[in-house]
Amino acid sequence: MTKSEFVYVTYIRTTPEKLWDALTNSEFMKQYWFGMSCESEWTAGSPWRLQFPDGHVADAGEIAESDPPKHLAIRWRNEWKPELKAEGYSLCVFEIEPEDGAVKLTVTHSMDRAASKSVEAFSGGWPKVLSNLKSLLETGQVVVSRTVDCRGEAA
Amino acid sequence: MIARRDYREFENHGPRARDAPFFGLTCNYLVAYYPDVFADEDKVFKALADSNRRFLLDRLREKGGLTLGDLCEGRDMSRQAVTKHLVLLEAANLVVTRKQGREKLHFLNPVPIQEIYMRWIGKFEQNRLQALHNLKQALQEDADDQV
Repeated sequence: MTKSEFVYVTYIRTTPEKLWDALTNSEFMKQYWFGMSCESEWTAGSPWRLQFPDGHVADAGEIAESDPPKHLAIRWRNEWKPELKAEGYSLCVFEIEPEDGAVKLTVTHSMDRAASKSVEAFSGGWPKVLSNLKSLLETGQVVVSRTVDCRGEAA
Repeated sequence: MIARRDYREFENHGPRARDAPFFGLTCNYLVAYYPDVFADEDKVFKALADSNRRFLLDRLREKGGLTLGDLCEGRDMSRQAVTKHLVLLEAANLVVTRKQGREKLHFLNPVPIQEIYMRWIGKFEQNRLQALHNLKQALQEDADDQV
């Protein structure tokens, strides 16, 4: 296999519109993404940045595809670890599908190279972010609320 | 996987399963909410309660994107048995699949296990981190005092 890829799925009892808003609203995002926030216009071709709470840029890229509230694709590159940045861009795709009063969120993060360190690094963070997101949308509370410092460790 | 019910009424005030008993059972939505949360969780624990299925999850942890054929290797399990186990793992949302051409690729989905972790362990981890953070601050203040 010449591709590194992982797929995460979570079912959230919410609406596609609310989930889209949660994924694209910078202030809301801070609550479930350990203080990280995104800046983007969220339209195809617009720049995208993920920042640590202290303002350092963690990852950056651009919106590849945007079809609210169903489909979002981001060209995504790590900006703060030289060895990861050197691997170039990965593609992160969010798919939102309504399913009987709940919403299925599928996150696919991939890169066209075998054993990508970037994809491995990204894959560690997604489950925590997704389970916090689910909890926040369903109950109004996150499970773990600590923020991260610019090395990505708990501050 | 997800109960066939409209959950919109629970938004913003829907209780977490573990808080439910403290709300009392007079609220109608609890009667509806309670069993479904546990039904999803039951599927995860049942899916994990089998060494062959854990073996399949371990294979997918080592390497994502395996086909049914790949997963049949390495253990004395028939193709039928592997298929049966994968159906249960998919129903529990522990395995997700993607179509690639004519092949169906399997991936480990750790999100339900993360939820179990967050529910029982995350809270303690947070306290530990807070304790370390407090210790660090106290030590730094001491150091500042000595300067």
